[in-house]
Amino acid sequence: MTSEFQDIIEVSNLVTHYGQRQVLKNLNFSVKKGEIRVIMGGSGSGKSTLLNHLLALLKPTSGSIFVDGLDVVNIKGKPLANLRKKMGVAFQGGALFSSMSVGENIKLPLKRHTRLGEHTIDIMTRLKLELMGLAGFEDLMPSELSGGMLKRAGLARAVIMDPKLLFFDEPSAGLDPVTAVELDELILKLRDAMNMTIVVVTHELESAFKIADKITVLFDGEIAITGTVDEIKQSKDQRIVDLINRRPRNEQVDAEQYIKRLTTGKN
Amino acid sequence: MVYQQTAHLHYQLLKLTGEIDLHNSPQVRKQLLAILNQGNSVLVDFSQLSYIDSSGIATLVEAFNLAKTNALKLILVGAVGAPLQVLELTNLNKVFPMVNVLDDIKE
Repeated sequence: MTSEFQDIIEVSNLVTHYGQRQVLKNLNFSVKKGEIRVIMGGSGSGKSTLLNHLLALLKPTSGSIFVDGLDVVNIKGKPLANLRKKMGVAFQGGALFSSMSVGENIKLPLKRHTRLGEHTIDIMTRLKLELMGLAGFEDLMPSELSGGMLKRAGLARAVIMDPKLLFFDEPSAGLDPVTAVELDELILKLRDAMNMTIVVVTHELESAFKIADKITVLFDGEIAITGTVDEIKQSKDQRIVDLINRRPRNEQVDAEQYIKRLTTGKN
Repeated sequence: MVYQQTAHLHYQLLKLTGEIDLHNSPQVRKQLLAILNQGNSVLVDFSQLSYIDSSGIATLVEAFNLAKTNALKLILVGAVGAPLQVLELTNLNKVFPMVNVLDDIKE
């Protein structure tokens, strides 16, 4: 079986509303095994909503989502727990428990979900700390770490179970340039050595261009483009050109609708 | 994963085939530690290993440390592909003695 060419994520006709507001508009999105996919887009473009769907944290209005062959829209109970074990998530701020040491935070998934011995778990934890440049920080509390260290500790915890699928929200935001580059290198190495599929949500163009096999750009709940780095760079779509050149959006104003929104609060 | 243990020169040769993951690494650990605790040096044949996860790597670290403590040898043979990349990722390729083929073991 040519499993490496399979789609590990398949999203079809995904529609989501928050109340009356449609935030995802008929999204079609797929990611192949072993791919690094970067999702870009401004605030409110729907990136976080899409991410939450892939993590089975949110139910769509309609459409289907398959992750590793499992129907994520309808999954629950044990199959969901098993799927979560195969997925690692690194959130923006690290999201560590403040009452536990860094080491305890990182080894938590292993203690919960495996029957490995204490000694193996300790070595695995230290291996991941080494990998993230956090050797020797095991016994510190999260409050004693800098922002960049917290982010790396969060990543260490996200990959402690060697997930098949890693989701990474804003890896380089708030990091100094050198640390940001090192983190990009690490993402590439993780994919190559562990054969992980990695989905990264980021605003950082430089980072996206460096690590992505493909980039998906979202605008207002729709996919503007999915393409390789070269395809994105050569896109003639004005929204993409503006994104690359960091130009503020020059939105068309529909005068009638604008006044209606201001006066009635409705679209 | 399957493993096969044979003698090679004065070593015990543990040949690992397939994938080592969270579920079967405790088995590999038990086997490796038993060989070392019996006072034997060990060759771990990686040539037919397609994947090793961090629990497998942690097991090798523990075994290597035990070998060192007991003045025994633990040598990796024929690591290629993903397992070699994992060793490189963790810098353990600079720690574990490694040879390309079994014939490189002379004594």
